[in-house]
Amino acid sequence: MSLVPTLASRNLFHDRLRFVATLVGIVFSVVLVMIQMGLFLGFGRMVTTMIDHASADLWVLPKGAKCFEDPSLLDAKLRDKVMSVDGVASVVPLVIGFSDWRLESGEMTPIFVVGADLRDGSLRPWNVVEGDVRALSQNGAVVVDRSYYDRLGVSKIGSTAEIRGRRVKVVALTDGIRSFTTTPYVFVDLKNARTYTGTFPDRASDLLVRLKPDADRDTVLKAIRSQVGEHEVLTTDEFRSRSRSFWLFGTGAGAALFAGALLGVIVGTVIVAQTLYSSTKDHLSEFATLRAMGSSNGYIYRVIIYQALLNAIIGFVIAGAIGAVVVEMTAKSALPIVITPWLIAALFVLTVVMCVASAIGAIVRVVRIDPATVFMR
Amino acid sequence: MNEIIIEAAGIKKTLGRGAGEVKALRGIDLTLRRGEFTLLMGPSGSGKTTLLLVLGCMLAPSSGTLTVCGTPTSGVDKEGLAQIRRDHIGFVFQSYHLFPTLTAAQNVQLALDIRHERGRKAGKRAREALNLVGLEQKADTLPGELSGGEQQRVAIARAFVANPSVILADEPTAALDGNNGRSIMRILADAAHQRERAVLVVTHDPRVIPFADRIVEIEDGLLVDTGSGEPERLHLPKAAAFRS
Ligand SMILES: Nc1ncnc2c1ncn2[C@@H]1O[C@H](COP(=O)(O)OP(=O)(O)OP(=O)(O)O)[C@@H](O)[C@H]1O
Ligand SMILES: [Mg+2]
Repeated sequence: MSLVPTLASRNLFHDRLRFVATLVGIVFSVVLVMIQMGLFLGFGRMVTTMIDHASADLWVLPKGAKCFEDPSLLDAKLRDKVMSVDGVASVVPLVIGFSDWRLESGEMTPIFVVGADLRDGSLRPWNVVEGDVRALSQNGAVVVDRSYYDRLGVSKIGSTAEIRGRRVKVVALTDGIRSFTTTPYVFVDLKNARTYTGTFPDRASDLLVRLKPDADRDTVLKAIRSQVGEHEVLTTDEFRSRSRSFWLFGTGAGAALFAGALLGVIVGTVIVAQTLYSSTKDHLSEFATLRAMGSSNGYIYRVIIYQALLNAIIGFVIAGAIGAVVVEMTAKSALPIVITPWLIAALFVLTVVMCVASAIGAIVRVVRIDPATVFMR
Repeated sequence: MNEIIIEAAGIKKTLGRGAGEVKALRGIDLTLRRGEFTLLMGPSGSGKTTLLLVLGCMLAPSSGTLTVCGTPTSGVDKEGLAQIRRDHIGFVFQSYHLFPTLTAAQNVQLALDIRHERGRKAGKRAREALNLVGLEQKADTLPGELSGGEQQRVAIARAFVANPSVILADEPTAALDGNNGRSIMRILADAAHQRERAVLVVTHDPRVIPFADRIVEIEDGLLVDTGSGEPERLHLPKAAAFRS
C-alpha cells in the first residue's frame, strides 16, 4: 500500500484541535444541507398526499388551478361530457375547501374539508385506525386524524363538534394524515362537503377520471381536452408536479430551503478550505522535502486530496448519524424531514466535492514551494 | 577512470536582485564520478550550498551546463527536474528533515513510495537500508524519540534506499557531536566506496578530511587552485590508513 493515506491521516490527526474544527465545520454544513433538502423533499411529498391517495388516472381542473388546495370551482355538468368520452370508466366530482370548526368548548378553528363520493372510493381517508369509513355517508359524519385531537377538541369516535353551525360526529379516525398548512383535514361525504364549504350542487372543485383498463391514456386525455373547453386536463403525475412546484417555488418556500442549503455549502467549503490551507502551511517544509526528494507534484496533491477525502468521509458519517436522529425525531411531526437514498448519495457527492474543492487553495500554495528551502534551514 | 555521474561546466549563479544581487557562483567546472567520496569545503558564504543546489537540480544555473547521468538539464521544467532527482539523486540535509509523524522505517520507505515502489518488498528494502546504518532496532520509532545522530542515519538510509547514483549532503554532521559525526561520515564514505555511488559532502569539519578521496575547495564562488586538466585539488589519495 502507498504511504499517501498514512501520511495524510497522520497530518490530519496530528493536530487534533484543527481536525475537530474541520469536522465541526463539515458536520454543520452537511447537516444543514441535509435538513434543508430533507425538508424540501418532505414538503414536496406532503403537498401531494391527497393527489397520491386519490385513485385517479386523469384530473379535470378549473382553468389555472395551481394545486390541490386551489379554491376555484368548475361546472359539475362537465361530468356528463367527460363520461361520454370513449375509454372513461368513471368520473367522480370532488369538493374541497376551507371551513370553520367549532369545538365543544365554543372555540373556533379553521379546517380543510375534503369531500368525495364514498361509494366511488375515489378519495377516501386512508390509514384508518378506528371506526368505519362507510359510516361517512351518514349525515354529519366526519373522519379526522388522531394527531388533531387537541386542535379539534375531540378525543374519540363519537366526539361531536360543529361545522358552519351544523352538528358533526366523528365516525372514524386516521393516523398520520397531516397537513403541511397546519389546517387539519376533515373528510366528509360529497353532499356534506357542499354544505360545509358553501358550494352549490352544480359546482365541484375537481373531477377525478378513471380509465377503462384497455384505454390509451393519451388518446383519452386528448379527447377529454376537446370536450371541456378552457378547463384543464392533467395526468396525475402532471398534477402532482404542478402542485409541488406551486408550493415549493410559487411560494418561495423552496427557494428559501435552497438558499439555506447553499449557505451550508458555502460555510462548509470556507471552513474546510481554511483548515486544510493552514494544515498544509504547517506541513510545508515536509512537502518541500518530498519535492526535494524528487516526488512529483501529483504525489503531493494526492496527500492533500486524501486529507480532504478523509475529512469528507468522517464528517459525512457523523453528519449521517445526526441526520438519522433528526429524521427519527421529525417523523411524527407535521413536516417530516425525508431522507431518501438519492439524497444520501447526493449529499455524499456534495461533501466530497466540497472537501476536494477546498483543497484547491492548499494545492495552489504547495505548487509554489521551492524545494531549495529545505537546504536553507 | 570511473563513470561520470555529474558534470558541471562553467556554472554561474546570481542570487537576489538589484542592490541585493550576489554572484554566488562565478564559473565552476566540476565532475563527480561513481565510487568517489568528495568533500566540498570553503568559508561561510563562499557558495557551497548554492553549488550543491545547482548540482542537485534544485536551482537552475544562470549560465553554464549541467549533465546528470548523461542527461542535460538545461530547458527541463520543474517536473522534469524532480524526475531527475527522483531517478538519480539522494539528499542529506543538515537538519535531517524527517517526517515527524512517520516511523523511521516509513520515513525511509517514503523515498521508495514516491518512486511507486510499494508493498512488502518496499518495506523490506527500507528495513535493509536501516540495517546498513545500524538502526534496525529503531525501525518503528518516531523521529522525535531518536537522537540527532540516529535521525541523521535515518535520513541517510532514506537518501540511498532507492539506489541513487549520487548522494549530496550539506553539512550533515554540523548538528552532531564528534562520535556521531564520525559515524555519519563513515556511512557516507562507505556509500561511495562499497556501494559505488558518487558522494559529495559539504563540510566545515576538518576531522572528516581523512575519509575523503578528494577535497574541492571553494572561495567566493570559484573553485580554488583550478589548473588545466586537473581542476580539483587532490589533497589526499584513498588513504585508508587515515580513517579511524
Ligand atoms: N536568496 C539569496 N539572495 C541573495 N543572496 C543569497 C541568497 N542565498 C544566498 N545568498 C548569498 O550567496 C552567497 C553564497 O551562499 P551559500 O549559502 O551558497 O554559501 P555557503 O558556502 O553555503 O555558506 P555557509 O557555509 O554559511 O552555509 C552568500 O554570499 C549568500 O549571502
Ligand atoms: Mg551553506
